[in-house]
Amino acid sequence: MKAIWSLILRDIRHAWTGGGLWLPVVFYLAVATLFPFAVGPDHALLARTGGGILWIAALLSSLLPIERLILPDMESGMIDQLSIRGWSEEWICAAKIAAHFIAFGGPLLLATPVAVALIGVPDTQISALFMGLAFALPALAGLGVTIAALTAGLRGASALGGLLLVPLAIPLLIFGAGTLDDNPGRALQLLAATSLAMTALSPFAAGAALRAGRS
Amino acid sequence: MSQRQDEPASLTVRNIAIQRGARMVIRDFSMEARVGDIVWLRGSNGSGKTSLLRAIAGLLPVAVGTVERTGKLAMTDDAIALDYDQSLDDALRYWAKLDGASGAELEAAMTSLDLVPLAELPVRMLSAGQKRRGSLARTIASGAAIWLLDEPYNGLDQANLTRLDAAIERHAASQGIVIIASHVAPSVNVANSVMLDRTRKAA
Repeated sequence: MKAIWSLILRDIRHAWTGGGLWLPVVFYLAVATLFPFAVGPDHALLARTGGGILWIAALLSSLLPIERLILPDMESGMIDQLSIRGWSEEWICAAKIAAHFIAFGGPLLLATPVAVALIGVPDTQISALFMGLAFALPALAGLGVTIAALTAGLRGASALGGLLLVPLAIPLLIFGAGTLDDNPGRALQLLAATSLAMTALSPFAAGAALRAGRS
Repeated sequence: MSQRQDEPASLTVRNIAIQRGARMVIRDFSMEARVGDIVWLRGSNGSGKTSLLRAIAGLLPVAVGTVERTGKLAMTDDAIALDYDQSLDDALRYWAKLDGASGAELEAAMTSLDLVPLAELPVRMLSAGQKRRGSLARTIASGAAIWLLDEPYNGLDQANLTRLDAAIERHAASQGIVIIASHVAPSVNVANSVMLDRTRKAA
């Protein structure tokens, strides 16, 4: 148990030093800043669309650190060395998902109040937006690590990653945007269920991808 | 180096074949190593030395045959698996912690390859030979009974070659097994050398 923490902490430190921590947040806030410039200062329009735009921004920002998640450790021999020590690929990926969730999801949630203010999301939606993002972020972290494991070492990995994420993230986006309705309860439940299933399955999918990539 | 295994270490490879893509890189290969053995896997470039070591380590699947081992395993290959942004000392300490090695054991391993003067340097500043010594020090400190060394002499200068040989001999003498894959002859006394080139069978 202590060992898995040392893995998680190492990945968080890498996110911190390698820019993986700030890049998604900067992207997220940049979208929130630019969107009102693009559609104009129509308060009603911004209030109606703002929450959805933040969901899309959060989803796409999860793509940015993908190349840093698996490939460097694969190339440096880190994953081989862990495997030799008896770590299964699934545990390695679970640690990476946890680290990615903390390093990417945490700052994103912290930046959400700023983004909400920038884009003018109505007060009634703010708590649903927060809860929805908090529910969805573990699944986005799981998807990110899975896609990173699948595309590690391929040429054009980041473009492929985008193609892979879009269909896989659609359920999250549908239920996530659904929570912005007047009655968010049902959508929140579905979002939580989807996110739970994705988060629980992703270490296995990512682990299998890692193994397949090695031979 | 201290051993944390009660049972004596052993390694038995029986009639294995390894396939990479459509090519059979190793066919019907067998070997055996017992405590105290230093085995040299010989062979030209591309003869399958690295694939064989990776199969023994469990990193590559074997198409047929079995690999049985008793005892913990440590491997040094081209991928040094040390974080470039950390100091050598911190990077090695990370692995020592995972391996359950004490600070004293790590220090002894670093001393045996003359790495103590480099301890504070970030890994990215080290030369190829120094990086190689760093990853060898991890194997030495790991406390594993079986060492798999893939081309361990690459990049080492004469003085460190001698140091590495001394470490290999000490390990073999203290109930260890060392498997060296190298295209050049190791300067230690090998118990057994296995040619991978033509017959691909234990010589």
